[in-house]
Amino acid sequence: MKRRSPTLWTGAVLAGLVVLLALVSLVWLPYDPADTSGGRLAGPGDGHLLGTDKLGRDLFTQLMTGSRIALEAGLGSVLIAALIGVTLGVLAAYAQGWFDDTLSALLDILIAFPTLLLAMLIVAARSATLGSAILAIGLAQSAVVARLTRILVKRVLAQDYITAARTSGTSWPRITAGHVLPNIWPTLVVNLALQFGLAVLAEAGLSYLGLGAPPPNASWGRMLQEAQATFTTAPAGALAPGVLLVLLVIGVNLIADGLRDVLDPTTRRGRAAA
Amino acid sequence: MTRYLVRRLVFLLVSLALASIVLFVLLRMLPGDPANALTSVGASPEQIAAARHSIGSDRPLPQQFAHWIGQLAGGDLGTSFVSSLPVGPEVAQRLNVTVPLTLSAFVLAVLIAVPAGFLAAYKRHTWYGALLNGVSQLGIAVPVFWLGMILIAVFALNAGWLPSGGFPQDGWDAPGDAISSLVLPVVTVALVMSASLIRYVRSAALDVLGSEYLRTARALGSSFGRAMWRHGLRNAAVPVISVLGIELASTLLGAVVVESVYALPGLGSLLATGIAQHDYPVIQGVLFVSTLAVLLIGFAADLVQRIVDPRLRGRLSGGGVR
Repeated sequence: MKRRSPTLWTGAVLAGLVVLLALVSLVWLPYDPADTSGGRLAGPGDGHLLGTDKLGRDLFTQLMTGSRIALEAGLGSVLIAALIGVTLGVLAAYAQGWFDDTLSALLDILIAFPTLLLAMLIVAARSATLGSAILAIGLAQSAVVARLTRILVKRVLAQDYITAARTSGTSWPRITAGHVLPNIWPTLVVNLALQFGLAVLAEAGLSYLGLGAPPPNASWGRMLQEAQATFTTAPAGALAPGVLLVLLVIGVNLIADGLRDVLDPTTRRGRAAA
Repeated sequence: MTRYLVRRLVFLLVSLALASIVLFVLLRMLPGDPANALTSVGASPEQIAAARHSIGSDRPLPQQFAHWIGQLAGGDLGTSFVSSLPVGPEVAQRLNVTVPLTLSAFVLAVLIAVPAGFLAAYKRHTWYGALLNGVSQLGIAVPVFWLGMILIAVFALNAGWLPSGGFPQDGWDAPGDAISSLVLPVVTVALVMSASLIRYVRSAALDVLGSEYLRTARALGSSFGRAMWRHGLRNAAVPVISVLGIELASTLLGAVVVESVYALPGLGSLLATGIAQHDYPVIQGVLFVSTLAVLLIGFAADLVQRIVDPRLRGRLSGGGVR
């Protein structure tokens, strides 16, 4: 547990930058987010660090409030995915026969459908808000988490010490809490960190399609969509949100890689998503 | 093998049936009335009722389901509520854009990722092994629509080499225009896809490089290239094939974002419009065809895996990696 991981630290610094932006935005912003006094599409400098958007709002202010949306999307989706996915996965692993088969077949089909597609359906059913987007992404990801959990739990249940525990009369709930969960959580945490990055990207994609947080909320995906038409004349608006997205997602992925190194010494470095 | 094929086909049909029931029920659970899309804002209750009757949404659900399945069995995907045009030809026309886009991107991604992944594993202690790894880390984090925006800005708006979006009105009757309008979308999808593929290939290659059988083959006098060719590739291919199947399926279905960036009239944009208009037959049609494609791709991936790895032949479905 005490080993240092440069990967983990690099990731923490990158993601930490975005977290810092979000925290600062709670207490201080350079401009009011609705302040349009800067003039349309002003270039960087002149009181506006990165210039203004097509409505004259300060771009850096928008980026700061957008960081909150990105982090909320990641955290919210992963919480939902963990809650539903782990529960379903554990149940499926204990179940035998047709229930297990049916559930795995359904999960396989669900997983083949991209998160974004499921999210589009769910967002269309409710309305385009950040909450719908988070719910949708979380539900779509819970299928992935459920499948992984099922495999992991089955692997633990095949061990001799589980048979020993069963023979000595330990109940299933106690086995789950005492043996199964402690054995699977390192792999789960790593996967959930990867899901966090995917959720941030999915929210940006939904917002880009106009299915995320509605205006005037500055989701990075929507900022990019709005800046697409003026890419060549005002490149800052079309680049900055993308750069922050990439920083956050790389940061979180590196944290996941680093956690894998630290938590599980048997896994080789650089192994793709478990 | 015949017995396996029969069992696998039955499994496919059962999955398809399950998926269509889930699809149908889920869609009917969506709030919002498709009749609203057909009538103007101040429509009288009678007009709304007439609209519902004309599209059949006033009938009981089991009857609607039976009607849909009956149509499907006859090869008819139904008729759009909104445009009153048959869904089948519309889907087929969209596939003319989405299928070439997906398949070319897939082939390009494999051509990039397989050699790059092997190289990243074999040369993992050198600087370019690390560089390859870093590039794929970066590629995984880049949102596909942002990469598309950048490529448009550089190659279409600045250099003017390629169109910035759209698809020729004449479709494939104007092959030159059609191809040039697909170049940037294909490159966009292929780059993003190969970034994640490289990691799977690298991981599979690392497993092979550290394996006992490779060392044994080398000890018995086989050259590295020959040992890799005879034993390594075959073993590394098994997990990679199932990832390839999943990637192909999700790219086919996930093309909606790229189609939106490049304003392409593909399957994804048809689905997006269908969802926005509560046009059930269109949504059902697109998702049914997509589900069928996903299942067929899974079937093909399993078959290829069994050909490559005889050890899998006792099992119904190939081992998933994800």
